[in-house]
Amino acid sequence: MDEPTSVAYLRWIPLLPLLGAALNGVAGAPLQRRFGKGVVTAIACLPVAAAFLLACRAFNDLLALPAAERLLLDRVWTWIDVGALRVDAAFAIDPLAAVMALVVTGVGGLIHVYSAGYMHDEPSYWRYFALLNLFTAMMLILVLADNLLLLFVGWEGVGLCSYALIGFWYANHDNATAGSKAFIVNRIGDFGFTLGMFLLFWTMSAAGHPTLAFRELGANAHVLADATFLGWGAATVITALMFVGATGKSAQIPLYVWLPDAMAGPTPVSALIHAATMVTAGVYLIARLDFLFVMAPATLAVIAWVGALTALLAATIGTVQTDIKKVLAYSTISQLGYMVLALGVAAPAAAVFHLMTHAFFKACLFLGAGSVIFALHHEQDLRRMGGLRAWMPVTYGTFLVSTLAIAGFPPFSGFFSKDEILWKAFSSEQGGVALWFVGWLAAGLTAFYMFRLVFLAFHGDSRIDAQARRHLAESPASMTVPLVVLAAFAVVAGFVGVPAALGGSNRIEHWLAPAFAATTEHGAHHSAALEYGLMALSVGAGLAGLALAHAMYVTGRVSADLFARFGGGVPYRLATNKYYVDEIYQAVFVAGVLRLSRLGAAFDARVVDAAVNGVAAVVRGVSRANGGFDRIVVDGFVDRVADATLLAGGVLRRLQTGSINLYLYAIVAGVVVVMIAKLL
Amino acid sequence: MESPLSLMVAIPLVGMLLVLVLPSAAHNLIRWTAAAATVPPLLLAGWLFANFDRTEAGFQFVERYAWIPDFGIQYIVGIDGVSITMVLLTALLSFLCVFASWGIDKGVKGYFALFLLLDAAMVGVFVALDFVLFFLFWELMLLPMYFLIGVWGGPRREYAAIKFFLYTMAGSVLILLGILALYFATDPHTFDMTVMIASRDQYPATLQYVLWLAFFIGFAIKIPAFPFHTWLPDAHVEAPTAISVILAGVLLKMGTYGILRVNFAILPEATAELAYTLLGALGAFNIVYGALCAMAQTDLKKLVAYSSISHMGYVMLGMASFTQQGIDGAVLQMFNHGTVTAMLFLLVGVLYDRAHHREIYGFGGIAAVMPVYTGFVALAFFAALGLPGLSAFISEVLVLLGAWQRYPGLAAIGASAVILTAGYMLWTLQRVFLGPLNERYAGLPEISPREVFTLAPLAVLVIGLGVYPQPVLDLIDTTLAQLNAAIAPLL
Amino acid sequence: MIGLTHYLIVSLVVFALGLFCVLTRRNAIGILMGVELILNSANINYLAFARFGSGNYDGQIFAIFVIMLAAAEAVVGLAIVLGIYQTFRTIDVSATETLRG
Repeated sequence: MDEPTSVAYLRWIPLLPLLGAALNGVAGAPLQRRFGKGVVTAIACLPVAAAFLLACRAFNDLLALPAAERLLLDRVWTWIDVGALRVDAAFAIDPLAAVMALVVTGVGGLIHVYSAGYMHDEPSYWRYFALLNLFTAMMLILVLADNLLLLFVGWEGVGLCSYALIGFWYANHDNATAGSKAFIVNRIGDFGFTLGMFLLFWTMSAAGHPTLAFRELGANAHVLADATFLGWGAATVITALMFVGATGKSAQIPLYVWLPDAMAGPTPVSALIHAATMVTAGVYLIARLDFLFVMAPATLAVIAWVGALTALLAATIGTVQTDIKKVLAYSTISQLGYMVLALGVAAPAAAVFHLMTHAFFKACLFLGAGSVIFALHHEQDLRRMGGLRAWMPVTYGTFLVSTLAIAGFPPFSGFFSKDEILWKAFSSEQGGVALWFVGWLAAGLTAFYMFRLVFLAFHGDSRIDAQARRHLAESPASMTVPLVVLAAFAVVAGFVGVPAALGGSNRIEHWLAPAFAATTEHGAHHSAALEYGLMALSVGAGLAGLALAHAMYVTGRVSADLFARFGGGVPYRLATNKYYVDEIYQAVFVAGVLRLSRLGAAFDARVVDAAVNGVAAVVRGVSRANGGFDRIVVDGFVDRVADATLLAGGVLRRLQTGSINLYLYAIVAGVVVVMIAKLL
Repeated sequence: MESPLSLMVAIPLVGMLLVLVLPSAAHNLIRWTAAAATVPPLLLAGWLFANFDRTEAGFQFVERYAWIPDFGIQYIVGIDGVSITMVLLTALLSFLCVFASWGIDKGVKGYFALFLLLDAAMVGVFVALDFVLFFLFWELMLLPMYFLIGVWGGPRREYAAIKFFLYTMAGSVLILLGILALYFATDPHTFDMTVMIASRDQYPATLQYVLWLAFFIGFAIKIPAFPFHTWLPDAHVEAPTAISVILAGVLLKMGTYGILRVNFAILPEATAELAYTLLGALGAFNIVYGALCAMAQTDLKKLVAYSSISHMGYVMLGMASFTQQGIDGAVLQMFNHGTVTAMLFLLVGVLYDRAHHREIYGFGGIAAVMPVYTGFVALAFFAALGLPGLSAFISEVLVLLGAWQRYPGLAAIGASAVILTAGYMLWTLQRVFLGPLNERYAGLPEISPREVFTLAPLAVLVIGLGVYPQPVLDLIDTTLAQLNAAIAPLL
Repeated sequence: MIGLTHYLIVSLVVFALGLFCVLTRRNAIGILMGVELILNSANINYLAFARFGSGNYDGQIFAIFVIMLAAAEAVVGLAIVLGIYQTFRTIDVSATETLRG
């Protein structure tokens, strides 16, 4: 590829929200106290709006370039330069990144405006917006990073903001726990990410290209074709590890368990982070590394099945949820499953297309749910709603439009993107009937549970508590305007991806083609009739779901307990308890790690430290023995000598009788002795 | 100025003498004198940073004087890429810890005199290039620590102080034996480290092997490496706040510094043989073991102590990798851990000064009453768990990346600890700062300007080096490249 | 006739008697008397040998020395006995045991 065009404004796209975050973070509280919340809102929303405009400008600049040269680069400084490793703090935008950046800044900006209304009564208003801005900045760093390490900075950064925003109302332990759960589960994915990154770097380095920049990796990825790691193909291992990272961020099996709990955060957060942007980071990562994944068909197969199964599993759980946000959460997991499925069948353009449309309609759905929650003063239970369309027409209208989109009804956007995925699942070389079937089932279930949600919340008799009914009204403009904008996009966004079979030019696939140059189109010789047939089948599934939901929750012709009694109630109980996955994880992993840590600490205190104290005790004993030896033996010897002397003295003392007679005797005796001695 | 190194050692000593002649009751005068004594070394450190030649791998600013010529003992000081970061760190932390010690109110004169002596000894260890001088400063550092912990510490201070002192001294004995063996093995006999480094080919492999083990055990006690680490939790818990900061921030680094300066530079063949098991595997074990033990703690300071053991494991792993990235990451981690753990201990001290206990389960919802303090705590905790954008991430990633090239298994083990670290850090954050407010602490005063003053420079470094680590990497790269080049071919 | 032997036997008897007095008497003056007897027995011995032995007068001169010596010694001894009497109020030697160890 030719040299990318160098520009100097890309850095401002993430930098402006970052500055907004810093300003609100440091000075937000006093500013809010003195000047009111308006200042905080301005500090937060203006940078995002500016970033959106810059993203548009970048998009325009890319359009002006010929397709093969669409890459803008902004190298800011050299971040790490050690030996062969050289990583720059540099931002690059190509067609893929442009789509992402527009989605993040566009949808993000709308959610910022919405939040101004939703969080209006919140005292820590400034902290919320500081974190929201920080999140936007991190997400943009992730999307615009020109190398894997900088992407990881954004990757973890959004994880941090997610933690802080999920646990925003931290006075409640459950919220804080949900935030920690999200962060830690994501960390497990990050473990895979980092190992994949290391392996990638060293394998490329061994082949002569020590780099982590996407541009250079993409150009030289072919050197990995022959490389192996522990007997497996290097590309397979790297991509598998990267996929582990993606499952964490994008809530796929087995690391999806954090997302439903993340609904503890404010609803705009759920919309932005857990619907439109952060969770799509995993999808983006795989799309970005497409040139690696095409070399690893084994990994792609795994990815496809994980995506398909996640889509189905989450859909089944979503059908039995009673909390409006939880339904949407499982719906998100399910839709992410579709995107991952698309990636697994080597259709990354379809995945990104669905990412874009999903951002619109899911954000609209979440914000609509937020509107409902706001109007009902934080009531989230579907069983205490009903008939809301009379009071909240705008919310209802946008919610209905987005539901039609997610259920895949033409001509709404969801139809085009989801159908593209299902078509590719069926027809692609990596795909197959089985994958298509699972996806099709999930589509039917999606329509069912989404319309169940609509009917329970907006139709029928109102089960709303009388107290709440008195204050029930449509939400303020700051909230309804973004809803309308998003709904509008949910309607028209699909038209950039109209497939050839329906007479369109699939503009988005062509736009994204330079990013997916490595993916070659194979199974292109299926007939158009087959494509129409599959389209009809998916629309039919959607209609069936709609009809069933209508029959259950509107007309009552089918009993709502149908599922509950099906199969002896076992599947229903499994679904309501989320297949006990959380409980299994808790018992196996969490409890296991805690037990291991307590064991470690006990080992440390009672074995290792005891050894140290034991050595000290032995030394003390030895020194006591030594002291005793010294006292009893050595010093005793000295004392015995003294005793002997005394004893001798005592004996000899007896000669001194003081008796003159004895002395005279002694003199005589001595003389006699001397005389005898002399004679001898 | 030719070389500021002797001044950096001497000025705290002069300060100590000044403090000793001041009247015992003049607390504030003593404190300010001590603070003033740590300012010139800080300024000299800045001068060093500016004037250090980053393209030179050998020793710079060398001062060499004859001391006891009959035994080949000289007074030699000098720094290279390995020691300059440590000298900078020591100067900064000494300065900040004087202010962190402002609350000491009994035996003030003795405390600051001992502190300044400790300061001089620490700098001396890092700049000494003659083994006798090195050992002198090494031992000199132990004495003030014993008193500082044993007199101004917590309830079990005598036990902790004696344990620390005897344990480290046992290691010092081995180091001394090693020094003497090296003296006799060098031809001509000398204690000059630079000569030994230059002529390291003369040491036979078996001798290197034995010496390496002797030095390693002595230094491993300081790192602290499993199983020689059990003195650390007790010493940290019982020591006063500023001393914990110095202990964790500087003293622990002396162990790894010693291994780099002695084992790596003078005994390369043995290093190539033994580094995998004794540094790499042990380092990976340290990382995981420290994290697991930290998770089970209920005393905040003990938790941070075990997290230190875990983070020093990264240094060991990086050193054993013999790649440019790994070794650079290890030395960078030494500096980064110094700043991050200093912040952690200072922050624990802030809470302890107010609540007079450190039981994690005894708090709750502190963020509501001390929001600025919680902000600093969040920064330090996320730095400790290696959040990208903060300094510790760079060093950890470099270490793991470097280690992966040689020992993927060990790198994977080390990387798995990021999950554990996130686990216990976030759990602690939640238990102490989040959740409903514990009514007992509804009136806790917010962090004071003095405390912010001790934390702010560290916070700036933690964030700044995460965004732009090259200034420190440039300092260390050339020397480490040379060190690596001497050993890597032998593997 | 009465020869040397007879004188020697007398001398021996006197010596023995004197020795007996010295060793067994408790009276200090009695002990001094015994000492006198011993000295005189020595005198008898000298005189006997002077008369029956060599024939010259050496023995007799020696005897005069001994008498003089005995007189001096008796003076000193009696002075000591006087001192003992002044301290102990008795001249029974069994009372002077103050130097007993």
